[in-house]
Amino acid sequence: MELERAIVLGASAIGAGLAMIAGIGPGIGEGYAVGKACEAIGRQPESQGDVTRTMFIGCAIAESTGIYGFVVALILLFGNPFIGKISG
Amino acid sequence: MGDITGPKIAFTIPIFGGLNVTESTIIGWMIIVAVTILVLWMTHDMKKIPTKKQLIAEIIVTTVNNLVKSTMGKKHLNYAPYIAALFTMSICGSLVSLLGLRSMTADINVTMSWALITFLMITYNKFKYNGFLGYFKGYTEPIALMTPLNIISEIATPLSMGFRHFGNIAGGMVITSLLYYALGSISKAIGIGIPITTVGIPAVLSVYFDLFSGFMQAFIFIMLTMANVGNAMPDTKDE
Repeated sequence: MELERAIVLGASAIGAGLAMIAGIGPGIGEGYAVGKACEAIGRQPESQGDVTRTMFIGCAIAESTGIYGFVVALILLFGNPFIGKISG
Repeated sequence: MGDITGPKIAFTIPIFGGLNVTESTIIGWMIIVAVTILVLWMTHDMKKIPTKKQLIAEIIVTTVNNLVKSTMGKKHLNYAPYIAALFTMSICGSLVSLLGLRSMTADINVTMSWALITFLMITYNKFKYNGFLGYFKGYTEPIALMTPLNIISEIATPLSMGFRHFGNIAGGMVITSLLYYALGSISKAIGIGIPITTVGIPAVLSVYFDLFSGFMQAFIFIMLTMANVGNAMPDTKDE
């Protein structure tokens, strides 16, 4: 019983770590978005407000996949949903 | 591992088998009372030539009105009070962590209920402008094959908004807690608290996670609300 519990807890921690790999994608994507926004501002400095606002919305949407991964990691770390399944 | 917990239950109302009142609810009501008093103080006794506090209130109202006008169109200015209230609530709910309380927005119930309000607004506007049948017909566009995908994307909008706000603030909280824990261990291992671990690093990270992230997420939340609700309406692009 103790061993099973330890295995489940350890596997949950590993799973949480793996889930956070999801952070790579949004990082790259947002980097591209911000780079392009800087280019656009450099070309047309008067449109800075519009470009910045659109960029933030785009970044927020690109970020959501990373946030999903993070929520899964949080549930695995602090919710421990698989602990209840070992006795049954 | 630090003190990473959900919002604590303050007390239970003994109806319907016990309604739990959590920290988030109490902090939310505290913010509502504080902001109401502040706003009443700022706008009572208004004059033709504005005083300093009246000027600040006017700047806030003008800024929000311009934002709503530019994103949703001049016709839908009646959404401005809700947007301003949402923004204030979100910012205060995130920045309340600076007072040593738990961030209200690091509770998924709070952000999900805001996202649900946005979803209801979107659905209401779709019904209002497309009609009852037009609403359901909207799911089969461009072709009937796309119906499952359209339903998923309809549900994903509020879900991702709620998760995003919660995830950013809660993530900041988790990282800050872990960092405090690690820095405490370092200080304990060395024996004395070296200044950079006790003052320097936490201060810089706190500025990013609490101030920047709080403002950014509040702004993104209202922008997405306006964009999504505006998409459900016709001719939002009128100047």
